[in-house]
This record gives sequence, C-alpha cells and structure tokens, in this order.
Amino acid sequence: MSLLHVKNLHVRVEETEILKGVDLEVNMGEVHAIMGPNGSGKSTLAQVLAGREEYEVTEGQVLYKGQDLLELPPEDRAREGLFMAFQYPVEIPGVSNVYFLKAALNAIRKHREQEEMDAMEFLSYVREKMKVVKMEETLLQRPVNEGFSGGEKKRNEIFHMAVLDPVLGILDETDSGLDIDALKIVAEGVNSLRSEKRSFVVITHYQRLLNYIVPNHVHVLVDGKIVRSGGKELAEELEDKGYVWLEDKLEMPVGV
Amino acid sequence: MADNSTDILEQRVEQEYQAGFVTDVEQETFPPGLDEDVIRKLSAKKREPEWMTEWRLSAYRKWLEMKEPTWANITYKPVDYQAISYYSAPKSQADGPKSLDEVDPEILRTYEKLGIPLHEQQMLAGVAVDAVFDSVSVATTFREKLAEAGVIFCPISEAIREHPELVKKYLGSVVPQGDNFFAALNSAVFSDGSFVYIPKGVKCPMELSTYFRINAMNTGQFERTLIIAEEGAKVSYLEGCTAPMRDENQLHAAVVELYAHADADIKYSTVQNWYPGDRETGVGGIFNFVTKRGLAAGRRAKISWTQVETGSSITWKYPSCVLKGDGSVGEFYSVALSKGRQQADTGTKMIHVGKNTTSTIISKGISAGHGQNTYRGQVKILKGADNARNFSQCDSMLIGDQCGAHTFPYIDVQNPSAGMEHEASTSKIGEDQIFYCNQRGIDTEDALSMIVNGFCKEVFNELPMEFAVEARKLLEISLEGSVG
Repeated sequence: MSLLHVKNLHVRVEETEILKGVDLEVNMGEVHAIMGPNGSGKSTLAQVLAGREEYEVTEGQVLYKGQDLLELPPEDRAREGLFMAFQYPVEIPGVSNVYFLKAALNAIRKHREQEEMDAMEFLSYVREKMKVVKMEETLLQRPVNEGFSGGEKKRNEIFHMAVLDPVLGILDETDSGLDIDALKIVAEGVNSLRSEKRSFVVITHYQRLLNYIVPNHVHVLVDGKIVRSGGKELAEELEDKGYVWLEDKLEMPVGV
Repeated sequence: MADNSTDILEQRVEQEYQAGFVTDVEQETFPPGLDEDVIRKLSAKKREPEWMTEWRLSAYRKWLEMKEPTWANITYKPVDYQAISYYSAPKSQADGPKSLDEVDPEILRTYEKLGIPLHEQQMLAGVAVDAVFDSVSVATTFREKLAEAGVIFCPISEAIREHPELVKKYLGSVVPQGDNFFAALNSAVFSDGSFVYIPKGVKCPMELSTYFRINAMNTGQFERTLIIAEEGAKVSYLEGCTAPMRDENQLHAAVVELYAHADADIKYSTVQNWYPGDRETGVGGIFNFVTKRGLAAGRRAKISWTQVETGSSITWKYPSCVLKGDGSVGEFYSVALSKGRQQADTGTKMIHVGKNTTSTIISKGISAGHGQNTYRGQVKILKGADNARNFSQCDSMLIGDQCGAHTFPYIDVQNPSAGMEHEASTSKIGEDQIFYCNQRGIDTEDALSMIVNGFCKEVFNELPMEFAVEARKLLEISLEGSVG
C-alpha cells in the first residue's frame, strides 16, 4: 500500500479550475519532486493536501495511509503525520517558538495516545533537533517567525518538521528566496530526516534544490496536470530546456 | 470533624466575619429615588460624621448641575437615576439564589474552568453561605500581618470613622467631586470600598488581593477606593475577580483615587469580568462607568495601572495619571475584550506637569462577535514639563467581520522639549495564522487563545503571576465559540 495516493484530483478556487486531474503515488521512504512553471498548480496541490479550506475539491480522491485524507480536518492530518513546510511561514507575535512547538508536539502525542512532554523533557528533546538545521538558541525564545529573515523562516520550518517527526513532509517551494548557503543548510536538514519510514513531496520551481535533495521521482506539473514523470534526470533536462519545451509538447501524448 | 465542633467553628467564623468586615447588618433597602434627604439618611445609616454628610451633599449639588457625558463611542438606554435605590443593606439569604442549581449554568461552567473552589463559587454567585472557612481565616491572618507593618487596609466606611484626618485630607484630592457626572454621583452616594494607607518607607508585605476578594463582596454599585502611599512606600493592589459575579445592579459608577508621595510606587491591577449581558441582545449586562486617577505628587513617584477588561455590557473607563512630581512615572497597560453585544470605550490620560516625567501606554483591544472596542487616550504635556517623554502603543485585533475597533488618541503638547512616540496597529486574526497552527496539529480553539494571548503578552507580563494565569484562562473562556 502506498503512503499517499492522489487519484484524478480536480480542484477549483472560486470559479477557476486549478488542478485538472492530478495522479500521484508516493510510497514509504520515497522522495518525489514536483516541478512546474508559475501558476501551474504546484502550491495548490500542497495546500489541498494540508487541508486549506478555500480550495474546493470537485472530483477525485486522496488516500493517505489508506484512509480518505480529504475527510480529515487539517489538525488531524497533522496529527496523523502530515507536515507541510510553508512557502510563506506565518508570524505569530507574542508566542515563542518553543511554546508553540511544545503545544503542537503535545497535541500530536495526545492524538497518538502518547504521554505529553513536560517543559524539561521537551527542552532537551528540542535541543537535539536544533542541530538538524543549525538553529541558534535565541530563535527558540523569539516569537514564531516574527522578525525572522527569509532564510531563518525556512530553516524554522525544517526545524518544526524535525521536532514534529512526520511521516510525510511536503515542502512548498522551500527554496524560494534562499541564498546558496541557506539552501544548503535546509537541504542538509531534509536529507538528515530522510529515512525508510518517511516520505517527502518536494515542490519547487527550480532544479537547483534537487542537486542537494536528490529525488527518486520527478513530476512536471503544467496547467493543472502532471504532464511528465521520470527519474532525477528529468529535472536536469528541464533545467536545460525550460518548461516551454514541455508546454509546446502538450498537444502530443506524453508518457505518464 | 464532629457536627458539634463544626457548629462551634461556624459560629466563631461568623463572629469574626461580623466583627471584621460587615459594619451594617440591617436588612433594609431605601425606596428608589435621590434627593438631599436620601443622602442624609444614607449618611446617618452609615453612622458618618457631619463633615462627611456635608461632603456628600456638596457633591450632590454639583451633580445636579451636570449633564451625563455623551462623547463616548457607546450607545445605551438612558439610565433613570430616580429609579435606583441608593442604599441597600448587605444581601440577606432571601435575596439570593438558594443554591447553585438556581445559577446560570454558563456562569457555573466558567467557575469550573477557572478552578474556583466550591465555597467561593457560591459566594460569587450570591448563594447565601453562612461561613466561608478558608477565606475568612486567611483574611484575618492577612489583616494582622498588615497591621504589624503599619499598613491600614479597611473598608472606607470604617476609615471615615476611624481615620477621619486621613480621609478628610485625601478624599476628592485626586478626583474632585465635580470632576465628571459619574464621579459627582459617586461622591454623593458612594456605598463602600477600600481604604489603603501605606506609611513612609513601608513596602506593603503582600499583594492586597486575596483579602479584597472577600472584602469586595456587596460593596454595592457605587464603590469608592482611596489608596495613599507616603514617601518611599510601595504597594500592589489587585482589584476584582476573574469569575463573573452575580449582581442585580445594572449601573456601576465607581471612583478610585491613588495618591503617591515622593518615591512612592502604587501598582493597581484590575481584572473585570462583570456580567456582559445576553450574547444576542445584550440585555441585563452591567454599565460600568468608572473614574480612576492617580496623582504622582512627589518627585520620582510612580503610578502604574494594569487592567484586563472582559466583562460588562458597557465599559467607560480611563485610568489616568497626573505626573506632578519631577521625574514621576505613569504607566497604563490594558487589555479590553468586547464580544457579543459588548461595548468598551476605554483608555487613559497622562497629564505631564513636572519636569522629566515619563509615561507609557500599552493598549490591546480585542473585538469579537458584534463587540465594539474603542481606545481613547490623551497625552497632555504642560508648559513646565521639560523633557517629558511618552510612548504609546495601541493595537487592535478583530475576530470575525461583525465587530469594530476604533482608536482616538489625543495629543496636546505645550512644551517643545517633549518627546512623543505613538504606534498603532490593527490586525485581523488571519485564517493564515489559524491554518498554520492547525497544520502543526493545534486545533482552532487552542490556536485562537494562543494567538490572542500572544497579542496581549506585554500586558499580562505586568500582572502579578497568579493573576496573569487567571487572566489568561479567562480570556480563553471568553473567546470560546468566537471562530468557526
């Protein structure tokens, strides 16, 4: 059984249909990259999987661990191990990063019928996880994302992922706006979390990130449909030829 | 414990209660209406000296000349001042509910969530209880400890009789009788309240709080509080209660006066959660018209107001500081929440008179449901106030799209060396923030209280520890059902 199975997913926002029949199957331990030009529906796919309300699913199905994902409210998806790293992480003034994460982790643990962590336990647990993305201690005490630089915000997302220990990590354009050093730190963080018991869907516009996070599968999303799937070499081909290459070929049958 | 010894204990506690706190035990209530005779009778009932009766009468005559203010951003049905009874003896068993079964279940639910002990629940709900063991004995112990330090802490009615020289000197010295319509009315008919006197150089050995919780019961709708800190004295005073209180008086017009001599420090914290009225119609809620002012009279005196206002159907309240002494400091930290049909028009006045005076204003307004929240603040820097400094920050948060937030800052600077900073923001609790929390596994209700508590953090940090915890919980409860 696959971890995530998206079948013929159609999604609209207000009057516009954005996803027009997406199929995707992610097995345990795999890393799938989804690439595509701006406006192709990449982020919509991530948002729908995470449970954002504004998106209306008009057709299709998503199975996660064999259950109907779309039936679950977003917090239950998170508690079941689905994590999304946001393209634009949200600021929560006055709420410290560490307090926020403790509340999140304990909500998840409670759902899994594990005992909640107390403050001391949590702090030592979190210190261990900070090494994953080379977080400075000060970022723990600062309010969630408030006054963080672009790079710090993205690192913080990966840090959250390390702490919450998900089964499926969805990275929504985590590389956008990062300089090469920050990109490397983020990619190293993700790589250190790769395991047989965790899968990733990495959404990106550029091939660059995939030099560091090497995917098992690459899919190209154009105009709401996956038009091409392949191995990591597909990403390199795209880098050379650009998306236009695929858009031109759209009229022709493509192997999916 | 055997029945017999319980009886004895009950009797004993009751005796102490009568001796210590309740001065009048008549079961009498005046017929509605207000004139000079009523005030004379009221003063006589309270066994007040002649000067006090005259003081009340002079306030009454001023009140007759005054008009009810209409400038606030609130609407309510006119109050008929002749339909109110201006004297009511402490509640008898006959008035209150017979048991908690008769109390609004929503209120009981709040008590439970706040973790309030059963005895205290009954007391707050107005259920007649003969003796509240723990609280009364605790109160007595506190009273003794305070007396050792030379601190006077008693009902103001007692202070009028036993410390007339202090009351005469300070009553009305910060809020004069004719200050405003409601203050004048209060001066004429105030029922009871607290009196605090901290002698020179004394740091009050405890927060004046637990005691007050008991002391404040049934002080009636026209409460009067007077706090005096002599040179170098320090006191922290907590007013109010986080639990909703049963009260059949719709109009509350209180006056609080703080007087700080040189190097004295008075910190006054309020958590107000009076009945806000029916969620849909607003019917039955308290009209809270309060005049609170502190005078930093001496050099380097400090007055600090912290308030968390979540109750009442109407709040009209502007705790203020008059910074007269050179180098004196005024602070105002406020959280005001309006939900349902609540309206709050609240803020502060900082009047800089002395040189090198500084003031800080941090105001957080939260509106949910159909609530309307107004910040109204004045910073006035007089001619002689060289190098005065003010920092103001007014933030509003909106939850939902039926509520409103309004900000009216008034600034009047008459000295060119003044420094002023004003920051204001309005934010809507974003779907984005809620979704972000949801995506991390936190449900919407917890997310909301987390976001709002974060918003109020700077103010909660000013509250004494245990009060801050209660205030946080209270906010959580108040916000239940505000989203989704």
